[in-house]
Amino acid sequence: MAISREQVEHVARLARLALSEEEIERLGGQLGAILEAVSKVSELDLSDVEPTSHPLDVVNVWRDDEPRPSWPLETALANAPDTEDDAFRVPPTGAARSEA
Amino acid sequence: MSWEPVIGLEIHVQLKTRTKMFCACEAGFGADPNRRTCPVCLAMPGALPVPNARAVEWAVKLGLALGCEIADRAVFARKNYFYPDNPKGYQISQYDQPLCVGGRFVVPGPGGDHEVGIVRAHLEEDAAKTVHVGGAGGRIGGSAHSLVDFNRGGTPLVEIVTQPDLHSADEAKRFLQLLRQTIVELGISDAEMEKGTLRVDANVSVRPAGSDELRTRTELKNMNSFNFVARGIEAEIERQIGVWDAGGEVVQHTYDFHAATGELTARRSKEEAEDYRYFPEPDLVPVEPPRELVDGLRGELPELPGARIRRLEAELDFDTALGLVTSGRDRLYERTAGDRRAVANVLMNQLAGAGVDPDAVDADELGRLIEARERIPRAAFAEALAKAAEPGFSADPYLAEEALADTAALAPIVDRVLAANPGQVEAYRGGKEGLLGFFVGQVMRETDGKADAKAVSELLREKLAASR
Amino acid sequence: MGGGSKVTVVDTLRLTAEDAAGLLEGRELSAAELHRAYLDAISERDGELHCYLRTVDAAEGDGVPIALKDLVSTRGVETTAGSRILAGYVPEFDATVATRCRQAGLPVLGKTNMDEFAMGSSTENSAYGPTHNPWDPTRVPGGSSGGSAAAVAAGLAPWALGSDTGGSIKQPAALCGIVGLRPTYGTVSRYGIVAFASSLDQIGPLTKTVRDCALLYRVVAGRDPCDSTTVEVPPVEIPEAEDLKGLRIGVPTELNEAEGIEPGVSEAVGRAIELARELGAEVGECSLPRSVEFGLPCYYLIAPAEASSNLARYDGVRYAIREPADAYMEMVERTRDAGFGDEPKRRIMLGTYALSAGYFEAYYGQAQKVRTVIADEHRAAFEDFDVLVSPTSPTVAFELGAKTADPLAMYLSDVLTIPANMAGLPGLSIPCGLSDGLPVGLQLIGPQFAENTLFRAGHALERALGFDVVPERYR
Repeated sequence: MAISREQVEHVARLARLALSEEEIERLGGQLGAILEAVSKVSELDLSDVEPTSHPLDVVNVWRDDEPRPSWPLETALANAPDTEDDAFRVPPTGAARSEA
Repeated sequence: MSWEPVIGLEIHVQLKTRTKMFCACEAGFGADPNRRTCPVCLAMPGALPVPNARAVEWAVKLGLALGCEIADRAVFARKNYFYPDNPKGYQISQYDQPLCVGGRFVVPGPGGDHEVGIVRAHLEEDAAKTVHVGGAGGRIGGSAHSLVDFNRGGTPLVEIVTQPDLHSADEAKRFLQLLRQTIVELGISDAEMEKGTLRVDANVSVRPAGSDELRTRTELKNMNSFNFVARGIEAEIERQIGVWDAGGEVVQHTYDFHAATGELTARRSKEEAEDYRYFPEPDLVPVEPPRELVDGLRGELPELPGARIRRLEAELDFDTALGLVTSGRDRLYERTAGDRRAVANVLMNQLAGAGVDPDAVDADELGRLIEARERIPRAAFAEALAKAAEPGFSADPYLAEEALADTAALAPIVDRVLAANPGQVEAYRGGKEGLLGFFVGQVMRETDGKADAKAVSELLREKLAASR
Repeated sequence: MGGGSKVTVVDTLRLTAEDAAGLLEGRELSAAELHRAYLDAISERDGELHCYLRTVDAAEGDGVPIALKDLVSTRGVETTAGSRILAGYVPEFDATVATRCRQAGLPVLGKTNMDEFAMGSSTENSAYGPTHNPWDPTRVPGGSSGGSAAAVAAGLAPWALGSDTGGSIKQPAALCGIVGLRPTYGTVSRYGIVAFASSLDQIGPLTKTVRDCALLYRVVAGRDPCDSTTVEVPPVEIPEAEDLKGLRIGVPTELNEAEGIEPGVSEAVGRAIELARELGAEVGECSLPRSVEFGLPCYYLIAPAEASSNLARYDGVRYAIREPADAYMEMVERTRDAGFGDEPKRRIMLGTYALSAGYFEAYYGQAQKVRTVIADEHRAAFEDFDVLVSPTSPTVAFELGAKTADPLAMYLSDVLTIPANMAGLPGLSIPCGLSDGLPVGLQLIGPQFAENTLFRAGHALERALGFDVVPERYR
């Protein structure tokens, strides 16, 4: 089952991957073949089956609302590619937040 | 054509837990940037979330206060999108198995109660803070860039979604005010829009009055006070009506309302094509709130402001009831004995002016003061109210200022005056009824002017007549 | 020579972790000397094999040194998960398993090579070059824990930790002729482990012997408050018995007769099963009707879906590499394109697709249901059997480059290890013989929390088989 170029581009955009032309073709082709193979799951009629999200039957794992020491600033920023005024610096986002 | 607005609200409440939703960093304001972070809220490779038990409890409490069903099984879900303030590249939220569903929130109004359906309430984590700096209009010579502070990232939020049951900006405002007060009284959040601990987005559409169709709705964001929410909604209603009236069609868009200019600006539509690809959060196990916990929390719920307004409405009137409850004076009202109207009046007017904390006022003493209000000099009454919240406050000194009208107390004084002035008594009885004023004056002198003239006159007449 | 100084020659090729512990306890050499012995072996043999991405010079701890797969966060030591996108990333915290090793006094020898983000079955997907199989360097060691497996097999580490999502411990253990355990899901903490697929990833031991495996499992296993998906484990029993009396062994037809299993592999496994009978086990056939046929597609929907989300945090904002750009989104896209290799890109796109609007139900949603079916089938089988056996890998180690052109061909390497993983079940691979001079692995699968049963069965078989874990070319 081939996956269309538009679909490859759409998915790459959602996943924030700036694919080259060559990648779109090559990876897109491979993706099509893989999708075909995994589509096999739809051969089964599982309308009466519950999905499994967690392998273990565990519920209600949580912690008390007790603070623990946070990282010092230097530690938080230790691996940062770029910082300014104690914050992580990134190129401008432009638009307002797209979010919750 | 007349139009009916259809409004639904999406509200985010930031819980004032001590720690964040999924890590043990301290939550709250005031720290310098990036001082409240850890591998989890910074989304370092390999970090994993662990839920805050209190946040779950408080979300259940809020759900109960909204009349919701608490789910037997609630599941966290990942909401996937990229933004600098969203370090994992997904926000842990809830999707098709939220903690609370199907509630109703009654908003008492001047024209009667208005029931607003609550679709759901769920738990999620707050984003970090991105500040846009520099560029045109920014620092001189600085190119535009963004700075990210992760202190806020991970703070617990409860998201509440209402049914589109609101039909005017005013209704929306009333709803929000009552909701806010309810949340504050539950003790789970300060819920202040200006501080961002309460956030409101509105979904607005209009329809021909009387119909029940649902037309295309738009989303309004960026309003950080109840007034701005109301104004933003009004502006959008007007805009939509204009579009329909001109023969056009309203297009689904997200708008930011700019309070300063009253303008609505549409966000780039590219943002709206986002597909969040929700799926159950594999790093977290489901939450199955124990029945005892839920029942316990339900039993602990105080009588909420909405219910109190409706109850007081019956013995007063809507505006007074609303005023008492929203100003936080209704508890005092109920603790204070006396004529309901009189008490309500004093609480809403003079006590408000006195600026005291209603919860610290001694209700018994206040009751005595209010009862004697007509008989005490105004200045004394005001002074008494101003001190009414002080520890050990007593109404006595102020009541002593009360014009003495108590017959039992006055009688001996009147007797003394009569006994001391036998000549005048005879003359009065002989027909000189003008002498009454003399006797009144004498009694007044005896009581340092505190006697109630009317009561004294009557008592004198009685006694002067009787001894014949 | 003065009184008492004895030079102990350490044969790292032969030394088990238990042996090494004995030497340390008997003060025959110090931890520093032991550590040095391995570093020397690494200098000697790792140039050819490339098991290690980096080594740690100083021995911190007085116990038996250990190699850690490079997706285990180690404070102060670069951790790349085999990817370019994490080049230069130095964690400021330890993974829980690293902490537990440290607390047990085990010095870290180094970080081992792996398929990038644990995505692969040959370690050829490492951004830092492949690892070579110590039995035949023209062949792959398996993956994704190829570096760890090869290091143990080549005597470059007494033991190691790897990770297993679709078979990434079991399969390289099989291809390198050593022991590997993929534990019950939830028994070993994932905190600090660079995540691939959250509901499948598990950290586990790679060792020369089953006893070593149990010993290392005991060090790392157990509930971690930092990982909500972990639970307490039953006390670990270090195996001693050398018989299999009373053990019921099931041989699932579909696992043992799957397409692509080499005859030499079947034979070696068949002989091992016979040996099990001789040791007193009751052996019978059973069936997992749909688990094998649908296991692979199920895995290759769920794992990439979770991965697509887990890998979203690699955006150039807070750590590691960043590509220059004028705007944030461009920066993110370029960084990810430059930093990820082909396999992560494929899986991210596949996963994104499986989760996207309109496709969720048919793909991810359906796969989650298939997962239930697989778990149910295994549960049914375990009503009649204590352990299920099969080959670990359909083939022995294949040549470098043999499967890199076709992703699907590579995915088939996992066809036998995946089904048990989908059900969260533990699996032990032990070497059971050779085929064409290359190791064959026997997979033992148990119900949840049955590690002790696996250790018992594995140990008895290991003793009876007498397989020499030292690659022939080093003897």
